Amino acid sequence: MSVRDGVVTAEIGARRRVSVTTALVVLVVLLVLISLGIGPVRLSPLAVIEALFGGGSDVSQVIVREIRLPRTILGVAIGAILGLSGAALQGLLRNPLASPSLFGAPQSAAFGAVLVIALGLADVRSYALPVAAIAMAFASVFVLLAIAGRNAGLLILILAGLAISSLAGAATALVMNLSSNPFVVLEIAFWLLGSLEDRSFRHVMLALPFIAAGAVILWSQRNAFRALSLGEETAQSLGVDVGRLRLVVITGTALGVGGAVAVTGTIGFIGLVAPHLMRPLIGHDPARLLVPSALTGAALLLAADIAVRIIPSTSDIKVGVLTSIIGVPFFLYLIMRERRALGGGVA
Amino acid sequence: MSAAFLTAQHLDVRLAGRAVLNDISLSLVSGHLVALVGPNGAGKTTLLRALAGLLPSDGAIHVGGAALASLSLRERARRFAYLPQGHIVHWPLPARDIVALGRYPHGATDPARLSAKDSDAVLRAMRATDVVEFSDRRVTELSGGERSRVALARVLAVEAPVILADEPTASLDPRYQLDVMKTLRAAADQGGLVIVVTHDLGLAARFADHLLVLSQGRLVAEGAPAAALSEQVMADVFRVSAYRAEFERAAVIVPWAEI
Repeated sequence: MSVRDGVVTAEIGARRRVSVTTALVVLVVLLVLISLGIGPVRLSPLAVIEALFGGGSDVSQVIVREIRLPRTILGVAIGAILGLSGAALQGLLRNPLASPSLFGAPQSAAFGAVLVIALGLADVRSYALPVAAIAMAFASVFVLLAIAGRNAGLLILILAGLAISSLAGAATALVMNLSSNPFVVLEIAFWLLGSLEDRSFRHVMLALPFIAAGAVILWSQRNAFRALSLGEETAQSLGVDVGRLRLVVITGTALGVGGAVAVTGTIGFIGLVAPHLMRPLIGHDPARLLVPSALTGAALLLAADIAVRIIPSTSDIKVGVLTSIIGVPFFLYLIMRERRALGGGVA
Repeated sequence: MSAAFLTAQHLDVRLAGRAVLNDISLSLVSGHLVALVGPNGAGKTTLLRALAGLLPSDGAIHVGGAALASLSLRERARRFAYLPQGHIVHWPLPARDIVALGRYPHGATDPARLSAKDSDAVLRAMRATDVVEFSDRRVTELSGGERSRVALARVLAVEAPVILADEPTASLDPRYQLDVMKTLRAAADQGGLVIVVTHDLGLAARFADHLLVLSQGRLVAEGAPAAALSEQVMADVFRVSAYRAEFERAAVIVPWAEI
């Protein structure tokens, strides 16, 4: 009797997941159309669709396909990989406060990129940039997990993450400090704020392969995250190679975050927020959270990037600034909610 | 007596440079419930982990005739069902999904898409531990006793020839303790080899066919409960005297006074 009930409830759960995911896809598509339509020249969604498929005036075709499409593609891809890697890190560490930005990954990636720019090793359009960003992101997450050890509590992870992002920030400041060219410094400073503005298909080509590879890698590990719900030792006893899994997740996160940072600068907190928005709707199963978190991340970044174009201001607001302004209070709220767990860590 | 299913020869384990297990050799048969006892820090949990291949060890372990070292992680996972201390669950997942993770070693990695064979195994395990009614409840909402039964169901669902349980009765009330031991006893009676780490010598004496007494990383006594927990062993290893009796044809051993 109750078993039948169980099966029925499981089916309802599955149906709910499908409808939530579908709703998210629709939302992302709508935001894509709005993002393509918003700017100095406003276009209706219909005009956008027409221009996308080669109709309408030449001007609107150029605006939509060459100016706004790369920006929008990057918004979707980067938002998605940030949401996905947040959910994956939370799954790996069984910890709702895990996210690339709290672990200093974007900050470290930015340091790698800034170093390359300042040393004049490459301009902003060469592959040296994403490679350096990815290498630093990998190093930062690797060091963090090495410091934190196997069963690290919330507090250790966050403290280590704080230390690493501070170090990355200091190293970045040092590079700017030592740079003799004030224009380069200004460029770096603005680039660090994180923006999708004026990105071309060159940028898309630069970032997308790494982001896609990172996404595939993280997605392929989804079921291991579920087994990890029982702790590392039990997961190992169920046949999960936990040591290998850690390396794979670090690699996937570094590829995604590094690739993203290389073309947009640092955009934080989407990886932290997205999985949280999904848990009340989807449940806590870390495997099932991956795709909805990616879609939510894409929606959040698109929405933020639309907002910076709408909000009236004398100079343009950078999207990375906006996500942090919204994300940090959310982080504070989470700390408040997790207060007991954190307090327990101190005692 | 049937041939040994699980053997270890000259097993040594070093953790962080310290010898935790010294030259342990044992030979255990299917259908037995084996209790692994010993004072705190004797190396009981370490031995359990080493047997399951969760820790690197020197020496040879064979399970079902195959060398443990030659088995892949997944092949090991199908042979050993491991129940750690504490029944940790990090996310509030429904009980059925937890139990379904027992089928992970068999390739059923998604609880929503179980084959008929896998979902039968899950159901059997949940019936054996009487947790069917909790299917959809989040494990974090269950009481300690209920949660321990869900954890036990997850282990049974593996349907492995060897079950390794680390203090499965710790922090349970007497009723649940008996419950858990009876379930494990039944798994042994159905042909499994069940190894239970416990501090409860009374439960060990009553339910086990065979006792392993560990002290300071060495196997110091083994055999039938009353023989393995001789007065000498109780004094030397546990430094207590014990009240000894027999009740319903099982040995009764109650630690009584420090020596």
